[in-house]
Parts: sequence; C-alpha cells; structure tokens
Amino acid sequence: MQTSYTVNDFKSDQYVRWCPGCGDHALLNSIQRAMAEIGVSPDNTAVISGIGCSSRLPYYVNTYGFHTIHGRASAIATGVKVANPRLAVWQITGDGDCLAIGGNHFIHAVRRNVDINIVLVNNGIYGLTKGQYAPTSKRGFISKSSPYGTIEDPFNASNLCLGAGGQFFARILDTDLKNSQEVLKLAAQHKGCSVVEALVNCVIFNDGTHKEVSAKEVREDHTIFLRHGEPMIFGKDRDKGLVVDGFKLKVVKIGENGITENDILVHDAKCPDKTLHFKLGHMRGPEFPLALGVIRDTEAPVYDEEVYTQFEEIKPKRNYKSLNEFFMSLETWEIK
Amino acid sequence: MIVTVKELDRAVVRFSGDSGDGMQLTGTLFSTLSAIFGNEISTFPDYPAEIRAPQGTLSGVSGFQVHIGNKVYTPGDKADVLVAMNPAALKVNVKNIKKDAVILVDADAFDESGLKKALYKTEDPIEELKLGAAQLVAVPISTLVKESLADTGMGNKEILRSKNMFALGLICWLFNKPIEEAMRLLHRKFGKKPGVLQANIKVLTDGFNYGHNIHASVSTYNIRPTDMPKGIYTDVKGNEATAWGLIAAAQQAGLQLFLGSYPITPASEILQELAARKDLGVITVQAEDEIAGICTAIGASFAGNLAATSTSGPGLALKSEGINLAVMAELPLVIIDVQRGGPSTGLPTKTEQSDLLQALYGRNGESPLVVLAASTPSNCFDFAYMASKLALEHMTPVILLTDGFLANGSSAWRLPDLSQFPAINPPFVHKEMQGKWAPYLRNEQGSRYWAIPGTEGFAHRIGGLEKDSRTGAISTDPANHQLMTDLRQQKIDNIAKVIPPLQLSGNSNADLLVVGWGGTYGHLYSAVRQFNEQGRQAALAHFNYLNPLPANTEEVLNGFKKIVVCELNSGQFASHLRSKLKLKGEILQYNKVQGQPFTVEELLRHFSTIL
Repeated sequence: MQTSYTVNDFKSDQYVRWCPGCGDHALLNSIQRAMAEIGVSPDNTAVISGIGCSSRLPYYVNTYGFHTIHGRASAIATGVKVANPRLAVWQITGDGDCLAIGGNHFIHAVRRNVDINIVLVNNGIYGLTKGQYAPTSKRGFISKSSPYGTIEDPFNASNLCLGAGGQFFARILDTDLKNSQEVLKLAAQHKGCSVVEALVNCVIFNDGTHKEVSAKEVREDHTIFLRHGEPMIFGKDRDKGLVVDGFKLKVVKIGENGITENDILVHDAKCPDKTLHFKLGHMRGPEFPLALGVIRDTEAPVYDEEVYTQFEEIKPKRNYKSLNEFFMSLETWEIK
Repeated sequence: MIVTVKELDRAVVRFSGDSGDGMQLTGTLFSTLSAIFGNEISTFPDYPAEIRAPQGTLSGVSGFQVHIGNKVYTPGDKADVLVAMNPAALKVNVKNIKKDAVILVDADAFDESGLKKALYKTEDPIEELKLGAAQLVAVPISTLVKESLADTGMGNKEILRSKNMFALGLICWLFNKPIEEAMRLLHRKFGKKPGVLQANIKVLTDGFNYGHNIHASVSTYNIRPTDMPKGIYTDVKGNEATAWGLIAAAQQAGLQLFLGSYPITPASEILQELAARKDLGVITVQAEDEIAGICTAIGASFAGNLAATSTSGPGLALKSEGINLAVMAELPLVIIDVQRGGPSTGLPTKTEQSDLLQALYGRNGESPLVVLAASTPSNCFDFAYMASKLALEHMTPVILLTDGFLANGSSAWRLPDLSQFPAINPPFVHKEMQGKWAPYLRNEQGSRYWAIPGTEGFAHRIGGLEKDSRTGAISTDPANHQLMTDLRQQKIDNIAKVIPPLQLSGNSNADLLVVGWGGTYGHLYSAVRQFNEQGRQAALAHFNYLNPLPANTEEVLNGFKKIVVCELNSGQFASHLRSKLKLKGEILQYNKVQGQPFTVEELLRHFSTIL
C-alpha cells in the first residue's frame, strides 16, 4: 500500500479555469503540497466546496470531491465527516460562501468542533457574480452593488471563528507558498475544526486588495508570522515586536527605551484562554502588523469522535441488540 | 340489580381535559388495553398548539380519541363516550359527540369559577349546550381522588395528578375491561417510581369500583373481539413507524443510518425516536436549521450512509435547494415531510395534504424525483422502508409524505418479519469497473453507480453543475444538457416498472371510483365499504406511489364513468392526475382544508350526491 505521496498524486486532469493571476492558483498549489505531506491517500480524502470562484477547487484535486451549493459546504462536510470519520475532509469556501450565505453553518461547524479543515478563501469581493461587495469588504468599499461605498462594517473571520468557540484559527497569504503549506499542514493535523483564512487576490474585480500586507516590499513590516513558542518579532530588520501594555497590545522597537528581545511576548497558540488570540487576530495596520500563521491551536472534544464514543457508552446499557429485539421490548400482546 | 351490557362491534371514546390533565396517557392506556383484548384500535390526539394554555380555558382543551372494535380504520367521526374533565372540555367537544353519547364529567370542576373560565352564560351547562339527549354521568372525581389518596402524605397538587386514573378506572368499568391488565400497563409505565405507581393503581381501582357501586343508570359495553391475523402486536404511531422503517432499511442494505434534522411540529418525534435509537447505532445530527438538516444528510449520503432528513411543510420549502443538489448529484436521500396545515406557519398541530405539489414540483429546473405517501400509522414503516429502497437502488432523492394525522395517530401493528422484506441492493461500483468507470455512467435501470469515498481507485468529483454524460466533467454543451435532463427523467419514469400496480377495493364494477392518497385511506375505505353495504356501488383506488404513478393507473381509472378525487387540499392530486394521464371521464373533486381529517359521514353524504 502506498504511504507517501507527491503533489502530482493530488493533481486532477482538469484544466484549471481561474483567471490568470488569480490568487487561487497559488493556494491550490499550497493545498496540494500540504495534502501530499500529510500522507493521507487521495482515495481517503474528500474535498467539499460551496459556490464561488474558489469553490471550483475540488475539480482540480484528484481526490473524492463534492462541489455543492452556495453556503452549505460546512453542513455537507459535517455530514461527510460524521458518516465516515476515517476520511480527511477539507472544505474550500469563499468569503461570501462562508461568511454571508453560509455564516450560520460555518459558526455551527466551528461550535461543534467537527474534524474538518476549512480553507476560507478571502478576496473581499464576489468574483463569480462579477464584482459585488462581500461581507469582508471594508466600510466605504466601492463595487458594482455599492457604487457610493458600503455603509456596513466587515466581518473579521478570526473574531467570528474564535467567538463561535473555534479551537484552530490561522491566516495565510496566497503569495506566501512556503508558510501557507506549513500552516495548511498544521491545520490538517489539528484534531477538530480548523479554520485557515487565506487572503487571496482577485486580479479582475479587486486587484491589490491585500497589497498592503502581501506586496513583497512591505510584507515583512506589515505582517507578523506567528509560530507557537516563538517571540512575536517582525519587520524587515527583525527589530519590532509585540508587548502587552495594560489590556492592550503594543508594537515596540527592540533596542529602544531599554526594550530587549526578552521583553517581547512569546506566542502561545495552545493557551486555553483566547483573550490574546482575539487581540492578535484583530490586529490591523497601520498601527499593527496583520497576524499570519497559526493564531490558536487548542484541543477540545471532537464532534465526530463523540458520536462513536457515545455509541460505545450506550451499548452495555441497552436491553436489546437488534431492531427485532427492540420491538420485543415494547408493550406487545399476542393474538393466537 | 340487573346490569345491562350492550354488545357492540365498535365504539368511539373521546378523552378531553386541560393540556396537563394526562388525557393522552389515559387514552393510550385504554386503546392498548382494548387491543390486548382483541379489538382493532385507531387513535388520534387533538391538541392545541400552546403547550400549557391557561387552565380551564377553551383554548387549553386537549383531546384524545380512541376507536375500538372490529373493522376499525379510522379514529371515528363522533364519540359514543366523552370524558370531560372540566366545563371547557365539555363545551369544546359538543360538536365531536353523538346525540345520545355517554358523557362522563368531573362534577367538581363544574363550579362557578370553572363555568366562568369556559365562558358559560348560565349555570346549567347541559341545558345551555342542549345536551338533553345525552346520558350524563357526573362523578365528583377530584373529591374522590383526594379521599382515595388522603393517607399517602402526598400534596394536594400531586394527588390531583391522578385524576386521569380515576377516569380510566371508570372507563374500564364502562367497557367491562378487567383492571388487572391496566395495572400491569401501569407497572411498566411507572415501575421506576413506586410512589406514583401505588397512587395510580389505588385511584384506578377506586374509579373502577365506583362505577360498579353507583348503579348508574347507563348500560355498560362489551366490544366484540376481532379475528386479527396471528402474531405479536404493538401499538404504533406513524412517526415511530417511520423512524423504525428507516432503521430496518439501513439494516437490510447493510448501511449506517444517518438522520440530519431540525425540530418541527409535527415531525420532531422522528428525530427524537431515531436519537433514542442511537442504542441501535443510528446517527442523528440535530442541525442548526432545516437547510443544514438536509445538507448534513447529503454529505452522509455522499460518504455512503443511508441518509434521511425529516421535516414538515415549511422545512420542506427550505430544503428545496438541497433536494435539487441530490437530484443533480444523483445521490440517494430520503426526505420525510410530515404535512401540516399551511401555508407559512399555518396550523402546525393540524393535519393537511397540501404539500403534494411542493413535493412534486417545488424546485428550480427540471427536477424529477420519487414521491411516496404512507396511508396508515403502521404502514409508515413499510413506506419509509420502500422510500429507502428506491432511493438507494435508483440513486435518487425520495420524498415520503405522511401527515399530522398519521404521525400522531396510532394503530395496532403486527410486528414485521424483517426477513420477508425485499432485499436492498444499491448499485455500488465494483473492482472490475476500475478504469472504465465515470461518475455518470448508468446501469440498465438508468441509475448511476455509487462510488463511496475511501474506495480505492474511484476518486471522482460530483456537484450541482451539469455534467458530461460520459466523462462526468463539467459541461455546458446544449445537447448534453438535453440528454442529461432526459436521462434524469427516464430514471424516475423507470421506477414505475418496479412498484406494485394500483389495486382497487370495494366494488370494481361500480360506476363511481373514489380516488385518494396518503393519510385519508382509513376514512375513504370505511366510507366506500359502508356505501356498498348501503346497497350503493363504489370502488376505491388509493395511491401510495404518487410519482411515478403505478403503470396501470390510466387503465384502471378509465374503467369508471365517474371519478371523485378526495383530498385534504384544494385539488392537488386531481391536477397531478389530469396532467399525467389521458382520462376519458371527468375528474370530480371533494376537498377539505380545515386542518381536520375527513369524516366518514361527510364522505358518504358526498358520494350520494354524485350518483
């Protein structure tokens, strides 16, 4: 039996139809590489998606795949995983698919802690319907359906996930292949529901939406890549860090005002208290760097495992083993 | 004294009181008791949508009707005996009893405050309700129960909870049912609560003895037992039977049963029963909404389970997009719609048959699927089984329609011999097909093959987009879409070849054919039988398979001069028949949309006006 896989084992024969320059191409690549590294066979992998540009992804991965309906991928993936927990189940979902029409299913999949790997592909726009604003678009965003600018605030996926009881949340950039692959692998290995927000570019309708954090020349100064157990240091010259100031986070410069590396916070993704994880997930420029990497990675009972654990708990207590025996345990009478 | 005992073939007893008076339990115990002594039974609860409306008010009255005897196919039109625990229950049920009915009341409840709460205008309810012809048995039940349990140390409130057992004792006396058997049933019910058990048995016995001793000027009844087929019986409600039918089908197919569902009246008991049957390995997911109910089920189906979702009309509307995904992806799925009064929230606790067209057509695009309907509480088991079999073998969603009347009604059910049920053989892919297989290649019945994730060598992608008929890849090719549309329709049409032909009951040489479907069977069957007994002539064609229709439907229907389609909606099945069949004669309709079942009496009256 084959136990190790290459990226080619996860490539399907379908022509990839995303626009040239779309961030989904790079993300697909990262996902396929992560899948190969995890070592679960394509036949034991199921990729479930909703509707939207990114939701076409299952067709390009040579696994079992189900391209479903708008917003419902979390619910369908839940059914797949509960019905067959031996499968590695991935959910590919866009920001509209996951956070607008599918918001309810998303928070409940997170709350139940079903062991699925949710890749939330956030490009801040509805691309497949040609350019309407998304629940992740910033206030004032001008689009075809908001010609005078939106008058609503966006969701922050991290807040929503952690607020729903999320045990694993991470953020990646489409352009950052190496780190993406590492994070996706950690997400897949996490027991329970993992959410990875992938910031991707929509070259046609929202080009450059993440450029403040993704452009090579600013990335290191405008983002911080978090690793469990490592100090929260960032910047081109690795001279900036995060400290706690009262109830707030603060960016400091190492070497200034007597600050040394020892004063910098060390990332604890495994901390059960999610207060700091909330703050990290919430950070935005220009005051703060955007947090990338695994923000939270904690353990909790896993829904699909609990389903089967409960079966085993009930079994010894019941007075019947089959449907026939169950019928005989009811109030019955015999007509002779 | 000479006790007169009336020998009867059947009788209808209606128990009524406040929602909290325990009338459902009393009624269930009495019907089970009757069944044990060889009577056929049919029961139906009639309860308000409110859980506990204010005590003693008209809106808080809850009823439970029991029909016992032989040739019992319905819970009965009007009651021979009414138990009314308060003035409100009496007032509400005047319309539900026969003129000369025996009325058993708790006299203590008919005080000034009781009459006021029930909005009586005078102090004489019998006169006010014009019940002069009825035989009234007024028993101070509350006082007697307090006396009966005076020495137990129980609180007043707790004591009065046993009032329903006094009523049961009286009814057992009235129907000459030995109370030893009732005690045995109470032992089963309250075995774990000895205090409650002892109190209930004491009150039951006192009620029974009271009946004996008062020398009431009413005759008692003896309901003749029936010749029922030999076997072991239980009392089953439609929702329970539905749940068990799914378990039986999963067992027969060798598959895990998965239910994704969301609570909704009157379907919640299916979810509850299957959740309780986790002890038999059933998976239930109580989803966050109706949509997730069906979507978790679709996921489970994709992953190789026998998947089902249960709901009522408003939930079916929410599930329509999900159903269509199963139509397009060609995945097996059982959708159970326990119909209630609509539209919108409608009449949640009342029965109706008005979701038929929604089930047949309530989706976007050309979306054929199988629609079945159960017709008795007990055959909900058979049709849940058949719905599963057709879904699994033909890779299609199947909608099973039941209704509030079947779901909550009960009948005696001979325990099935599961080995006699037909085999279920889903079209799984097999090893030899590897390399030559594609997701939408079909077998001779037009079904695609089922490759379950985890099966080596069959990784594939499906979804809601149109697929190429040969390769399974996404396709917008015009000719391919036409072909796939036709193939999906053909697959459903082919099912007409494997379902049983339509059968007639009654007089097949008659001029009049009565047509019905689903939960109205008992009333239509009884009405047609009585019509023929009266020397008139009619036949009955009752449908369980609604789409596709049985292959002989047109031929059978064209054998009659007059056809009347009777249904609890404004004519949905009639229009379905008109659209699907070439019929020579006119199709007449008899429709009722009142949230209530037909009565045999109104059906008989209507048949007479037709001929």
